Amino acid sequence: MIPELGHYALVLALALGLIQAVAPVIGARTNDAPLMGLASSTALMQFVFVGVAFLALIACYVTSDFSVVTVYENAHSTMPLIYKITSVWGNHEGSMLLWVLILAFFGALVGAFGRNLPSTLKAYVLAVQSWIACAFYLFILFTSNPFLRLEQAPFEGRDLNPILQDIGLAIHPPLLYLGYVGCSIAFSFAIAALIEGRIDAAWARWVRPWTLAAWMFLTAGIAMGSYWAYYELGWGGFWFWDPVENASLMPWLAGTALLHSAVVMEKRNALKIWTLLLAILAFSLSLIGTFLVRSGVLTSVHTFANDPARGVFILAILVVFIGGGLALFAWRAPLLKQGGLFAPISREGALVLNNLFLTTACLTVFVGTLYPLALEALTGEKISVGAPFFNLTFAPLFIPLMFAMPFGPLMAWKRGDVLGVAQRLTVAFGTGIVAVAATFAIAGRGSALAPFGIGLAVFVMIGAGTDVVERIGLFREPLSTVRRRASGLPRSAWGTALAHFGVGVTLLGIVSVTTWASERIVALKPSQTVSLAGYELTFDGLAQRTGPNYREAVAKFTVREAGVPVGVMEPSKRNFASRATTTTEAALMTRGVSQLYLSLGDTSGDGSVSVRLYHKPMVLLIWLGAVAMAMGGGLSLSDRRLRVGAPKPAAKPAMLPAE
Amino acid sequence: MSHRALVILIFLLSITGPAQAIQPDEVLNDAALETRARNLSRELRCMVCQNQSIDDSEAPLARDLRLLVRERLTKGDSDQQVLDFLVARYGEFVLLKPPFEKHTLVLWGLPPLVLVGGLLWLWTRARRHGSRHQAPDALNQEEQRRLSTLVDPAARDH
Repeated sequence: MIPELGHYALVLALALGLIQAVAPVIGARTNDAPLMGLASSTALMQFVFVGVAFLALIACYVTSDFSVVTVYENAHSTMPLIYKITSVWGNHEGSMLLWVLILAFFGALVGAFGRNLPSTLKAYVLAVQSWIACAFYLFILFTSNPFLRLEQAPFEGRDLNPILQDIGLAIHPPLLYLGYVGCSIAFSFAIAALIEGRIDAAWARWVRPWTLAAWMFLTAGIAMGSYWAYYELGWGGFWFWDPVENASLMPWLAGTALLHSAVVMEKRNALKIWTLLLAILAFSLSLIGTFLVRSGVLTSVHTFANDPARGVFILAILVVFIGGGLALFAWRAPLLKQGGLFAPISREGALVLNNLFLTTACLTVFVGTLYPLALEALTGEKISVGAPFFNLTFAPLFIPLMFAMPFGPLMAWKRGDVLGVAQRLTVAFGTGIVAVAATFAIAGRGSALAPFGIGLAVFVMIGAGTDVVERIGLFREPLSTVRRRASGLPRSAWGTALAHFGVGVTLLGIVSVTTWASERIVALKPSQTVSLAGYELTFDGLAQRTGPNYREAVAKFTVREAGVPVGVMEPSKRNFASRATTTTEAALMTRGVSQLYLSLGDTSGDGSVSVRLYHKPMVLLIWLGAVAMAMGGGLSLSDRRLRVGAPKPAAKPAMLPAE
Repeated sequence: MSHRALVILIFLLSITGPAQAIQPDEVLNDAALETRARNLSRELRCMVCQNQSIDDSEAPLARDLRLLVRERLTKGDSDQQVLDFLVARYGEFVLLKPPFEKHTLVLWGLPPLVLVGGLLWLWTRARRHGSRHQAPDALNQEEQRRLSTLVDPAARDH
C-alpha cells in the first residue's frame, strides 16, 4: 500500500508540474494575475507530493519491504536504521527521487519567498522550474521508478554496497544535490529574463542569494565527498580526478564564476550577458554531471548505477535544456542592453579576470573528462586522461588566479589603482616571503616548488583578511572602535574575507600533504613496531568482532610519540556475508591538523599482516579550508542586504529592453 | 601460534576481497629506484580499472604492471624507456597523461588557446574602450555654469 501511495503522489506531482509548466506562461502573456499566482501554490503542492513520495520510499526501506524491487536490491533487514534510510538514495532510482525532491523544495522556496519578485518574472521562473521538474518526473516514472514491485517478495534483501554503508552517504549526496539542483534556480531566472527580454541589477540581486546557497552546498558536498573517498577508499588520496568528481567540480567552477560576475552585475549593472550565460552553463554542467554519473557512459569508482538505456532519456533532457537554453540565449541575448563601463584595472576588471581563469579551468576539466569519450566515439582510439594531466594543466591556471585573489576585493570599482592595492598588501606579501624562506630553511627536502606554494597560501590568507582589518581599523584604533566597526561591517565583507581565507587554507593543506606526506608499506608480525614521522606503531594483534551485518578482523596498534603512548589505532577488514564482499576500514588518528592513516592489507602464511601507514601533514586543512569557504558563503547569505532582498519593484522598470 | 590467532588467520585467508594496492614484497630495496618506480606507477593506468593508476589499484593486473616496471628499472631502463616499453605493449591507453600529438591537439591546445584568446580579447576591448571613454570631453561654458549653480546655491543669486 505504501509504495503505491508514493507512486501515486509522484504522478500527482507530475500533474501539478504540467499545470505549472503551462499556466503561468499563459498568465504572464495575457497579464492574468490569478493564472500567474497559481504557480506559487502548485510549486508548494509539488513539494508536498514529492515529499510524500519520498517519505513513502523511506518507509519501504525502514520496514524492509522487499516486495519493492529497489528495496530488495539495495537493503538488508539487519542494516542499522541510519543506513536503511541512507540507502534510499544509495541507488539510481532513489537518488533521482532525492534529486526531484530538492528541485521541488527550491521551487517551493521561490514560491513562498519570492513575494517581492515582479509577478511576470516569478511566473516565468516557476514555469521554467517546472519544465525541469516534469522532465525528471517523466524520467523517473518511465525509466527509474523506485516503487516497482516484485511478483513475490523475497525473504531478504541483497544489501547495500558495503562501501556505501557509511555516514558519508547520509551527508555527501544530499549536499551535492542541493548544490547541483540549486543551480537550477539561477538557470530558471536566466531563461525567464531571456523570455522577458529584460534584465537589470535587481535581477542579479534576486539571483545571487540562490546562487550563493547552491554554491555553499556544492562546496560542502564536494569537500565531504573528498574526505569520504579519503578515508573509505583506503589509499589516502583526497582528489582522484575521477570523472564523477570532475562532474561535481565543473558546476562548482562555473558557479564560483557566476557568483563573482553577479556581483559586478548587481553593483555596476555590467557583464549582464556574460552572467546570463554563466547561469545557463552552471546548471547545464550540473545536468551533465547527473548525466555522467547516472547514464553509465562513464564507469568509475563511484558509480553505482549503470544502465545505458536510461542514458538516452537523460541525453534527451540534456539536449532540450542545454541546447534550448543556449539557443534562447543566442537569440535573445543580443537584444539586451549592455551597461556599466569600467577601466581594465578596477574591481570589475579583477572579477572579469577571475571569470576568465575559472571558466578556462572549467573548460580544462570538461575537455579532459569528455575527450577520451569523444575520441573513442569518433576514431575508435582509446586514450586515458587522468590525474597527471589535470595536475599539469590545473596548476598554471590556479596559481595566477590565487595570486590575483587578494587584489580583487581591495580594488576600487570603475577605476582601480594596482600600485595602491599592492602597497596595502605589503604585509601579506612580506609574510608570504617570510613563509617561503622559513619553509626552505625548515624543510629543504621535497619539491623545490613547495615553499612557493606555502608562501602563496600565506599570501592568500593574510591578503584575504587585509580588507577587513583595514576597514575595522585593527591594530590602529582603540579596541572599542574596532568592535563597533566590526559589528557595523556588512556580513558580506566578512563572508568574502572568510571564503578567500579558506582558499588559502586549502592550498596550504594540498601543498603540505603532496610534498611532505610520508608512507611505509610493511608486513608486521604481532609485537613488531613500525616508525614513521616521529611515531612508533606497535602491532598488538588481531581480534575478531561482529558488527550488525558484518564480521570484521581488527588489528590493534598502539601509537607512541617519543616513547609516550598517544593512542590506539584499529584498522579493520569487514566481511559482508550478504554480498560476499570485504571492505577495508582505515584507521585515522588526528594530531593537530595532521593525520596518521593506517590501512590494513593481506595476511601472509607466517602470521604477519601487511599495512600501509601514512603520515599526512596538515591534511585536515584541505577540508577545513572548504568549510571556511562554505561558511563564508553562509555569512554573505545572512547579509541583511541579501536577506531583505531587492526593493519592491518600482512602478516603472529600471531598465527597458533595448530597442 | 595460539589457537585464537590461528582461527583469525584462517578467517583472514578466507576473505576473497580485493588485495591491497602496493604490497610490501614489491618494494625495491634501492630507495632511489623505488621512488622512480612509484612516480612511474602514478603515470600508468590500470587498464582493467576505472580511472585508477597502477599505484592505487588493487587489481592483479596492476600488481603485474608494478612488478614489470620495477623489473625494467632494475635492469637499467630509463623512465622514458619503461614508458615506451609499456606503450609498445599496451598502447597509449596505459598512459594517464596522453602525449601531445595530432589526436590530442584539442585536449592540450584548447584550454591555453581559450585563456590566451580571452586575455587578448579583453586587452583589445579595454584599449578600444579606454581610448573612447577615459578622457571625456571638457564641459562647455553652459554646462560649467549649470554645474556651478548646482554645486554652490549662492551662485544662483548672481
